[in-house]
Amino acid sequence: MTALTPTCDEDIIEAIRLARSERSSIAVEGQGTKRLMGRPMQAKRVLSMQAMTGITLYEPAELVLSAKSGTPVAEVEATLAARGQMLPFEPMDYRPLLGSSGEPTMGGLTATNLSGPRRIMAGACRDSLIGTRFVNGQGEVIKSGGRVMKNVTGLDLARTMAGSWGTLGVLTEVTYKLLPRPETTLSVVFHGLNDQQAVALMAAAIGSPFEVSGAAHLPVGIDRIAMTLLRLEGFAESLAYRAERLRVLLAPFGRCDIIDQTASTSLWAQIRDVRWFAEPRNEAVWRISVPPSKAPALLVQIAAGRRIRHLLDWGGGLVWIATASSELAGSEVIRQAVRHAKGHALLVRASEGARGTDGTFEPLAPAVLKLSTGLKKSFDPDHVLNPGRMYSGV
Amino acid sequence: MGIAFPVPDQAIVARRDDIIAGLARLLPADGLVTSDDERRAFETDALTAYRKMPLAVALPTTTEQVAAIMAYCHTNGVKVVARGAGTSLAGGAIGQEDAIILGLSKMSKVLDVNFADRTMQVQAGITNLAISDHVMPERFFYAPDPSSQLACTIGGNIGMNSGGAHCLKYGVTTNNILGVRMVLVDGTIVEIGGEAMDAAGYDFLALIVGSEGQLGIVTEATVRILRLAEGARPVLFGFATSEEAGACVAAIIGAGIIPVAMEFMDKLAIEICEAYAKAGYPLDVEALLIIEVEGSDAEMDATLARIVEIAKQHGVATVRESKSAMETAAIWKGRKSAFGATGRIADYICMDGTIPTGQLPLVLRRMDEITKHYGLRVANVFHAGDGNLHPLILYNVNDPEEARKAEEAGNDILKLCVEVGGCLTGEHGVGIEKRDLMRFQFNEADLGQQMRVRSVFDRKWLLNPAKVFPLDGRIAG
Repeated sequence: MTALTPTCDEDIIEAIRLARSERSSIAVEGQGTKRLMGRPMQAKRVLSMQAMTGITLYEPAELVLSAKSGTPVAEVEATLAARGQMLPFEPMDYRPLLGSSGEPTMGGLTATNLSGPRRIMAGACRDSLIGTRFVNGQGEVIKSGGRVMKNVTGLDLARTMAGSWGTLGVLTEVTYKLLPRPETTLSVVFHGLNDQQAVALMAAAIGSPFEVSGAAHLPVGIDRIAMTLLRLEGFAESLAYRAERLRVLLAPFGRCDIIDQTASTSLWAQIRDVRWFAEPRNEAVWRISVPPSKAPALLVQIAAGRRIRHLLDWGGGLVWIATASSELAGSEVIRQAVRHAKGHALLVRASEGARGTDGTFEPLAPAVLKLSTGLKKSFDPDHVLNPGRMYSGV
Repeated sequence: MGIAFPVPDQAIVARRDDIIAGLARLLPADGLVTSDDERRAFETDALTAYRKMPLAVALPTTTEQVAAIMAYCHTNGVKVVARGAGTSLAGGAIGQEDAIILGLSKMSKVLDVNFADRTMQVQAGITNLAISDHVMPERFFYAPDPSSQLACTIGGNIGMNSGGAHCLKYGVTTNNILGVRMVLVDGTIVEIGGEAMDAAGYDFLALIVGSEGQLGIVTEATVRILRLAEGARPVLFGFATSEEAGACVAAIIGAGIIPVAMEFMDKLAIEICEAYAKAGYPLDVEALLIIEVEGSDAEMDATLARIVEIAKQHGVATVRESKSAMETAAIWKGRKSAFGATGRIADYICMDGTIPTGQLPLVLRRMDEITKHYGLRVANVFHAGDGNLHPLILYNVNDPEEARKAEEAGNDILKLCVEVGGCLTGEHGVGIEKRDLMRFQFNEADLGQQMRVRSVFDRKWLLNPAKVFPLDGRIAG
């Protein structure tokens, strides 16, 4: 594969023109930290956005930031932290899980719709995304959305780019709304609960008025004793009050302890990045999204007679599963259980062969697949950009 | 008035009896409205200056009936305009002579509530407020709260990606919908998204929410419900100038505080709303902010203390906290009835542009100049935290010259919003009202991409075809 490193829109347009004329395809990436995810592709060229960087707009009083797509996420987060703000959706870092190197970029974050533990309170990546610029597969520069929070002018192509894995256009600039960084944080932790108890506890907590910004369950196998964690964020005086109210509300689930700011921050970073599944590398890792109340039964079904590790985030709505790679043949069991739970699964880490044959994304209903191929064609009629990265023919 | 409609397809109009007979076979006896008198109730929405008599009005009661109607209309080339309660301020639900109105008002049931997963499945014709009312006994609610929430339907909210006063904290419709059941133009029923917190594949919900009935007919939705805060308390802040009020809003956000709502009213809006709602708004100020905070009493006290301190630094003239549930209700009644109260003293058109909040002082000044230039008055109520303006341009609907001026003033204001980095519409939608201004915000490539996406769903442009995209230069599939 030939590497291209555009420095301006025209370079991207030229690369697309060339690919169209010779009927070849382009793999689009930032610094390639998530290259090992998704369906493997045979592209003639790699187009890396790593040279198109920089924050182009930051208005703290308006809670809005725009950055070129190659800008490292770390640079944006540091800039925001300096002004006491943050990206609301707490994007995860896939490098530990995938064993990849380089810096995750704002474009990559957007294209994969990366949302972390705060999803349950602050919404997903796509919810904070308010504007995009991109070059479509016809080499046209398209803008959608903008820099204001409320905008319903025309079809929301901006948000559609989130989670499209570079198959619709080459993102050149993204605009996000922001949140103030909480003054402080702590976690309330319960010990020794099973999955079912933990999901019930987390539902009660998130369904309370006490603004839980993270709800995760680390079962036995992650640690010696299961931990169910509820994160609170905000002003110090409010945190103490809410922690106490949660203790009273959730007393039927047992005694709880408080984890202070430092320990809590580091623990939630581990949960966000699923650090416990980084090793051993030969385990396959699945990311499963389900209605939270369906998670316990899903786990029972998947674990029957099989050795798996798991942890729950989003109050049970996000299930991470690691299976011995030799058992990847059991993927049909996982797919079936996920369908039954009305969720969807992404095979995050597996061998290239497995990702190619199994397909990494949840299979789509025929009518939705038809719309997906139509959507792809409307952006990229010659299938130049990341063809087949998500689905064959898309 | 200046907005054109496409020339009706005479071949369809001529086949009216035939089409009515065809539709009648697909619907219950009371599900088809054909008489002149009854159709008249559907000839406009909240953009009442424009009226078009629809060919017929279908009022289905099931998704399967919707599918049958769509299949029939698709086969016969009949256009379809979806309608919820007809509260669109942008003319989004106005029909045309060669189109049927597909009204979802009879599909208004709650299908399922799941408190553990904080989701609720409803039919598209349920009103926005009925969703919240249904779960209020358990202290839950559905967050987006447009001023018309008593009447407007969730289907219409999805069509327009409606907002409300509280989206600073809770987001707009697109942030609160997890899934839809939708009938495609050819009658195919599809499920998009579901009850999980994200969906597989492309984010079709992003496209469907705000698509103004042009991608399909949403018949059911899975919405996110949230637990009510322990308490909520609005506070009134009066300022001698709009600039001070605007600077105060920026400083509050800059201090890391996100109130659940920050609403701005100018002097004329204050007078109009106070006369109507008797909410105790101060009448001796130029600008009013209604700032609402949530939490326990102690939390609200602490947050409000911080906000009051900031307001004082910005020269606040009066501060008045709500002391009771009744006062809170009155304060919000004043704000939420702003459009209705204005309608009692004059006809008006309500604009809906959004601007970067830092541009507020400039935009307020320029709006004043624009309306004065046309010899008109403007009352301003808007969501200050997110820059979503609602200038109400007052005019007399029976004076064609003044009506034309009002429309021109409105267009000038929207162009101004785009010029300063904002957009034409923040929560009402494009409809017919802003259709011909789309080229001020988008170039041909931008619009072309949107139209190609639209055509993926509706190759023949049968769905709500007069709306959103300028009538010339359309791209079909």
